[in-house]
Amino acid sequence: MVNESDIKIKSTREAFGKALVEFGRENQNIVAIDADLSCSTQTKLFAKEFPERFFNAGIAEQDAMGVAAGLSTCGKIPFVATFSVFAAGRAWDQIRNGICYPNFNVKIVGTHGGITVGEDGATHQALEDVALMRTIPNMTVLVPSDEVEVRAAVKFAIEHNGPVYIRISRTSLPTLFNPENYHLEYGRAQLLNTGWNITLVSNGETLIEAFKCAELLKNKGITADIINYPFVKPFDKDILLKSAVKTKKVMVIENHSVIGGLGSAVCECLSENMPTWVKRIGTNDVFGQSGQSSELMSKYGLVAEEFVSEALKLIEIK
Amino acid sequence: MFNHDKLSKSEIKELGLIATMVRMHVINMIANAKSGHPGGSLSAVDILVTLYGKCMRHYKEWSEHPEFEDRDRFVLSKGHASAALYAVLAEFEYFPVEELMTFRKLGTRLQGHPSYGYLPGVEVSSGSLGQGLSMACGMALGLKLDKKDSYVYCYCGDGEMQEGQIWEAIMGASQHKLDNLILFVDRNNLQIDGQVDSIKSLGDLKAKFEAFDWAAMEIDGHKYQEIFQAVSKAHKLGKKHKCPVAIICDTVKGKGVSFMENNPDWHGKAPKEEETERALQELRGDYNG
Repeated sequence: MVNESDIKIKSTREAFGKALVEFGRENQNIVAIDADLSCSTQTKLFAKEFPERFFNAGIAEQDAMGVAAGLSTCGKIPFVATFSVFAAGRAWDQIRNGICYPNFNVKIVGTHGGITVGEDGATHQALEDVALMRTIPNMTVLVPSDEVEVRAAVKFAIEHNGPVYIRISRTSLPTLFNPENYHLEYGRAQLLNTGWNITLVSNGETLIEAFKCAELLKNKGITADIINYPFVKPFDKDILLKSAVKTKKVMVIENHSVIGGLGSAVCECLSENMPTWVKRIGTNDVFGQSGQSSELMSKYGLVAEEFVSEALKLIEIK
Repeated sequence: MFNHDKLSKSEIKELGLIATMVRMHVINMIANAKSGHPGGSLSAVDILVTLYGKCMRHYKEWSEHPEFEDRDRFVLSKGHASAALYAVLAEFEYFPVEELMTFRKLGTRLQGHPSYGYLPGVEVSSGSLGQGLSMACGMALGLKLDKKDSYVYCYCGDGEMQEGQIWEAIMGASQHKLDNLILFVDRNNLQIDGQVDSIKSLGDLKAKFEAFDWAAMEIDGHKYQEIFQAVSKAHKLGKKHKCPVAIICDTVKGKGVSFMENNPDWHGKAPKEEETERALQELRGDYNG
């Protein structure tokens, strides 16, 4: 982690777009497919540099997935980018049957994941995408939390043979990791802070909130393990069990429904291996609404100031 | 493959024999599995046999070199006609004919709907209707990127054309000028619940393709000469107009087995023992013909 005073706010979508260009220069097999959102997803950067390797499917996400599947059979490494809600929702059957079942080498990048889509409102806020992608066999699911991790996720996706879903947010995010020494290892979570009283599990946009929560708890003499899960699937069980056996309390924070996402993955792991008290922080089986992203994060209880009291309640359970 | 304009009489006879053999496999496979889709498999047989027998650059090379990159691709978008595809692949030596009897059985490479990665000749996983044409477009784009002159043949049902994704792909194919893509539409006029026209009519399909900037033609999907010449013409039309080509094939669902013909009840039902025997008897009659 970098020092707090050095924290920069960076667009993770731009990081994705730049990474695709960077790796696209090295690997001629990388192609990109967008569904009329190339300015939003930032695949426009790739399109500008490699026009012959960029395909705009138009407003047709299902077709985009099928085209990617076909391209992969010719040895290409297709990246399909669109909003998370349209990738994981609209084109779910195409991803399941057309990409994951044959284990095709297609990479899906869902931008604008979570409630922080903001003013566009509920239709565009993907609160179920991680759940939808996680249940499909052969799929790998990544939720990176800053520009450094986004670049690493793109690099991983290129090197990994098989379908990958990467969820990126609309909002710009503080850079938490040092690009010099950040290392993303397949299926591995990362213990970023150590404590005794509670385990805070997060990824993506909310990872910074887990840190803020740990700071607030520290003021009350409570210390926390913080585990970052860039990979929701495959799910790293060992690191969670090691932490939970020590702290006995686990809180999961994610910009996603409490149903089916990282919180569910944590519960599945703990209840099968070591039943442990868990509190899931996320949207509580509700649709979002319009508003500024920061307002929505507060409204739906996704900022540390809102959920630190939940952590205190959890710790008090005997 | 097109070193001549027409099939000779002996070639037509040869295709007819292969097609009858394939039809008998289809009946046996589905009867043996006690499940499957005879109607739409039988309507596809003559087109598949002509394509694999006389049009595609494929099997000898591919069976020896599974990664043979210059092969033509075939995508069976109407994956429920898998029995026909498998029987054709077996007849063209992609795998032993005996394996056909594992169709739909636990552990088989011959899954109910085609599953990529197990059986040579199966290029994608298909059967969730409406998806194959997009995949075929992706292949056609990939082949163009690699400067290959291979063709991609896609095969859809007429009922399948009700899926929205098909029309997304139709627009994409003409947008990208995919002159290496040829789509067969198996127009047997029936879907599970009855007549396509009474459920969600496709109207003038040829005009629709043309309105979407495709070249299109209508042929009898059971006449080998017509099928062969249509593919040959499609190659020329595609190159001339820089566009994908649709070959709309008028077919008979259940073709070759009198009591299955034009009857939607045989969409997804296996024949019982006595029905199987009757069907095989008819086909044997055709074979000895």
